[in-house]
Amino acid sequence: MDPFCLKKLNQERRERRAVVLLTDLTDGRDRVIKESDPVVGELGEAIRKAFLTGQSGVKEIGGREFFLNVYLPSPRFVVIGAVHISEVLAPLAKIAGYEIEIIDPRSAFATPERFPDVTVYPDWPQDVLRERPLDAYCALAVLSHDPKIDDPALELAINAGCFYIGALGSRTTHAKRIERLKQLGFIDEHLDRINAPIGLDIGAIGPHEIAVAIIGGVIKAFRARGHQDKDIN
Amino acid sequence: MIAESWMKQGRDVAIATVIETWGSSPRRAGSQLVVDNAGNFEGSVSGGCVESSVIAEAVDVISHGKAIMLEFGVADETAWKVGLSCGGRIKIYLERLG
Repeated sequence: MDPFCLKKLNQERRERRAVVLLTDLTDGRDRVIKESDPVVGELGEAIRKAFLTGQSGVKEIGGREFFLNVYLPSPRFVVIGAVHISEVLAPLAKIAGYEIEIIDPRSAFATPERFPDVTVYPDWPQDVLRERPLDAYCALAVLSHDPKIDDPALELAINAGCFYIGALGSRTTHAKRIERLKQLGFIDEHLDRINAPIGLDIGAIGPHEIAVAIIGGVIKAFRARGHQDKDIN
Repeated sequence: MIAESWMKQGRDVAIATVIETWGSSPRRAGSQLVVDNAGNFEGSVSGGCVESSVIAEAVDVISHGKAIMLEFGVADETAWKVGLSCGGRIKIYLERLG
């Protein structure tokens, strides 16, 4: 392996960007391919699929064998609001492979007693997320019910291209939210990315079922990355 | 990341990568093991069944620099010796860094 490739690969991984290390098994030469790099033809199709599924594997093209090793950043799941749903969502998300981080400036809500074994930031979302910026491998769910807390996080998530953005609230609440965000200059194309009412449509009632709907929505969105024009409900 | 830090320390390094698996095998394609010329290693390519054999080969690969393909499985006598008893088969690509 070329040490230059290794450095480039590790740099991308540190920056939380997805990469494929393409090795030509015939001559041992390797190349680092970023998600945004244009690669055409059969190989391009295989690379696109590898990014989407996260599955590494061998592909034979034109009599040459290639190994595609995919490195996806581990997805982060940021939840705004240390509310009842978040309490149920934390262990559920963990089982599904997502460690959640909860942000809520209301320190009476964001207590370690209510959230054992969960990273909780008792600060404003814009402050926490300035230190730990969102990216395309983040999911965001806003659950605080307070626009002062939720809206700044939504703005950051839209701008960062998070793979999942969900917002709790009724259709009426969401319509008001959309109006506020439009006044900030967001257009329908951005706002359509917000999954509201939040989660998969399973007719959820109560915090436990809503938490199931949310984690289902996150998993579905992660598996459909790159096809975000599709309705994730 | 480990390979890069070892390289910076001036150690000669080989990287073993699982490239294909069949049947039941503990580590999926893309799993890696980093080995230096003293036989120190980090990571894994199986549940501990074939590591020792890969490490021995890695020391050779570090000295001659030519990448090799290793296969372990039930059909392979040596696999039994090193104990890949889970019934699976794996193919490992072993190359020197640099």
